[in-house]
Amino acid sequence: MDDRKDPIQKLLDGPVSVVNIGLAQFARTLEGEGVAVVQVDWSPPAGGDRRLIDLLDKLGA
Amino acid sequence: MTEGDVAAAVEAANARAVERMLAADPVLVDVAVAGDAIQGLGDRTILHAGPPIGWPDMCGPLKGAVAGAIVLEGWAENLDTAAELAAAGGVAFHPNHHFDAVGPMTGIVTRSMPVMVVENRAFGNRAYCTLNEGLGKVMRFGGNDAEVLARLRWLADTFGPAFGAALREAGGIPLKAMIARGLSMGDEMHQRNVGCTSLLLRALAPALARAVDDRERLAGLFEFIGGNDQFFLNVAMAMGKAIMDPVRGIEGSSVVTAMSRNGTMFGIRVSGLGDRWFAAPVEMPRGLYFPGFSEDDANPDIGDSTIVETVGLGGFAMAAAPAVAGFVGAGTAADALNYTRAMEEITVARNPEWTIPALDFAGVPTGIDIRKVVASGRTPTINTGIAHREAGIGQVGAGVVRAPMVCFERALEALAAEMGVA
Amino acid sequence: MTAGVAATRTRAGFYLDSVALMRISQAVQDIAGVSAASLMMGSPSNKELLRDAGLLDADAEAAGPNDLVIAVRADDGDALRAAFETAEAALRGPAASGRGEAGWNPRSLETGLRALPGANLAIVSVPGDFAAREARRALERGLNVMLFSDNVALAEEVALKTLARGRGLLMMGPDCGTAILAGAPIGFANAVPRGDIGLIAASGTGLQEVACLIARAGGGISHGIGVGGRDLGAAVGGAATLSAIDALDRDGATRRVVLISKPPDPETAKRIADRIAASPKRFTLCCIGMEPMDLPGNARQAATLREAAGDAFAGAGVAEPERTLEAALGRPGRKRGTVRGLFSGGSLCAEAQAVLMSAGIRFFSNVPIPGAGGAESGHRLIDLGADEYTRGRPHPMIEPAVRDRPLAKALADPEVGVVLVDVVVGHGAHEDPAGRLAAVLAAHGREAPVVIASVCGTDEDPQNRSAQVEALRDAGVVVAESNAGAAETAAALLAG
Repeated sequence: MDDRKDPIQKLLDGPVSVVNIGLAQFARTLEGEGVAVVQVDWSPPAGGDRRLIDLLDKLGA
Repeated sequence: MTEGDVAAAVEAANARAVERMLAADPVLVDVAVAGDAIQGLGDRTILHAGPPIGWPDMCGPLKGAVAGAIVLEGWAENLDTAAELAAAGGVAFHPNHHFDAVGPMTGIVTRSMPVMVVENRAFGNRAYCTLNEGLGKVMRFGGNDAEVLARLRWLADTFGPAFGAALREAGGIPLKAMIARGLSMGDEMHQRNVGCTSLLLRALAPALARAVDDRERLAGLFEFIGGNDQFFLNVAMAMGKAIMDPVRGIEGSSVVTAMSRNGTMFGIRVSGLGDRWFAAPVEMPRGLYFPGFSEDDANPDIGDSTIVETVGLGGFAMAAAPAVAGFVGAGTAADALNYTRAMEEITVARNPEWTIPALDFAGVPTGIDIRKVVASGRTPTINTGIAHREAGIGQVGAGVVRAPMVCFERALEALAAEMGVA
Repeated sequence: MTAGVAATRTRAGFYLDSVALMRISQAVQDIAGVSAASLMMGSPSNKELLRDAGLLDADAEAAGPNDLVIAVRADDGDALRAAFETAEAALRGPAASGRGEAGWNPRSLETGLRALPGANLAIVSVPGDFAAREARRALERGLNVMLFSDNVALAEEVALKTLARGRGLLMMGPDCGTAILAGAPIGFANAVPRGDIGLIAASGTGLQEVACLIARAGGGISHGIGVGGRDLGAAVGGAATLSAIDALDRDGATRRVVLISKPPDPETAKRIADRIAASPKRFTLCCIGMEPMDLPGNARQAATLREAAGDAFAGAGVAEPERTLEAALGRPGRKRGTVRGLFSGGSLCAEAQAVLMSAGIRFFSNVPIPGAGGAESGHRLIDLGADEYTRGRPHPMIEPAVRDRPLAKALADPEVGVVLVDVVVGHGAHEDPAGRLAAVLAAHGREAPVVIASVCGTDEDPQNRSAQVEALRDAGVVVAESNAGAAETAAALLAG
């Protein structure tokens, strides 16, 4: 790997390797194309509680 | 500090916390009398499981165990006068966790009881846990009749001294490697300890044979250990406590150092929040019941045994013990794997020394991070025995229980305040 | 509005992504006797939608963002029961299938990265309220991001793109459904061969149409980078576009670049033009509705997507063959009257507007291009993917049934002479949009207006473009070679 290359160049040089957060269909498509992908089954952080999310953001979670 | 600095500080503190967990070197070194080994455990003092609690708030099994312990110690004539003594404030109650100790279920420890001693040789601290009495009618489940007390006396007078002598003769039993082997034998060290119990007995048999002259007594010791698949649980608990105590008090760390229940409240402690307890009402376990019992008989969640989950075993290591997953849900091997994977969501690291074959030797999820618990909405899964809600009856089932989310939310708020970002 | 019976059920702690829920909603709504059905997570904004629909009762009001609400209004109790049964069965379905026996997916970016430590791109398609947070977390962990979600606040977009620029990361989106990176189709993308033409597009369907026209003419795409609809606006200032130009400049595989956008903010346009001037590569700019702009010598401006494709790859921008108009003229039924355009792709709607404008036809559109201000000539070009149609409903590219009602209305409208539609296929799109269209057409007689369509896609797409074209022709639809060609044919019929 060429360390002088920035992250965008590395992405375009490929192979693309994906964390898919949300719609599982996107991950299935990529899988079908032989692209490395991990599907994240997302749900709202802290059950969507804004106050807790704010604390989590401040504490870096 | 800016928010970014706070986040980085918490990350660094957690890395240090997990480093200490992984650096631990717990060794089972002795069996000692609690009053001698545990500093400050004096007369008329009763240590119990969970966060602090007073007599009026105690559940049935805890009250039963307290009464039994008072009789055992000779502070009252019988169970009735024992209960009166306790109600009148004649004994002092303290959490085991405040005395370097842990105890399963009711977790009662009083001065004359024998305790396992585990030394964390990397940090020099020691932790204590009572001996496992076996299944059924036992004090840890609130049992307190003559049979229960007689067994406790035998443990104190016969078993404990011999076992302690053997441990001293053997120079102690290093536990880390034993746990690693137990995981590959289907133990998760909370509900299933058959592998490690056997390994411990095997490792200690020669020293026990040398320590006990009387062949019948030796046979009795072997019989007791061999007849109790859960014998090792108490060793694992003392080990858990010995591992977690040096992790306490790391500024900024959001790693949980203790989880524990007294049958009324579930409490957690967090490294960066000193020795404060964050407590909430305990939940009811879900699981399977022994014949003749049902959920109606169950006591809410109780015991210090959640210290094994705190170090990444028990419910966190379910993937190693598919048999235990059968206590809840479909109970397939796939379910067992998913229990462990779910706990990866709320932990800082994997323990490279405690690996699970069925997960391609991935390490057990280690270092519960309260931030991740709150963010994921997923609380720790705890494998647990279920006590009858009335004193004196004992274990009625086993299953799984979740830690209440409120504990983690409160702790998160406190940590934010501590870090000046609330 | 409140005739019949209505009821809700709540499933506490049952989370499913909105697309899955909306598809189930559609299936429930298709049950005879059901007048309205909606499955939604109980977020405040969703509850508002339910309230507006008259479907929010006290139980549903009590639901939280992690609780699923099933709300139904039906003619009678039997239909209501059937609706709930169908909904519950569908909810059981996806959970039971689609996972291996030991199936477990990580639940967070962090555990996802543990599973795939070398990941270099995060695709974020979570609800808008949380999308920026997930995107930021991904950027902070050094990942390039494709932010698919819409309803992301402009200020958040600016913050994310500033963060990305600072870290040398590509931040695509928000509200952009398409990218093709090193051959990997991201979101709604078509199966196109790799080649030497790089695409940078503010919108998904613009990128798709140009990529497919080039592919069908024998060319190929190096990368397609979706930068988001607001990227060239004043606030964002082209942050992602500039990063994309930088990247394609350095990219050895890219020889020419096509930039597709709404007309940019003037200052941003100047910045982009200056940047292009410094590039060694040839550029084609397609900002539909934009006046001719000052461009450096290595750039040309194209008025339509088709023209842009043709500028980038000779042969990709051919004029619509005569036979299309002949086919339209040969149809039975009405051909005179007003044009009703019902589009699933926003850029395709814009391109059709540009074509009609250049033919001197005035029209109304819900998303007018510059200069197309709402003349009430009766001609209407509607983008069904615009916010007002997709709030709480699936995008028409995912669920073409969204077009059923307006289409049926247009077909039955005696004023309408020409119905203009787009059919977008490819990864992520509905498995048979042509079939859905044909089903609606079948219900209308020979006196219905002529329907002119284009199919954006390739034969390598999962739906197979040729098969879709065939299905449309069998249903009596006139199929043009491109979206611009379809609009031209419509204009010619009006002129004819």
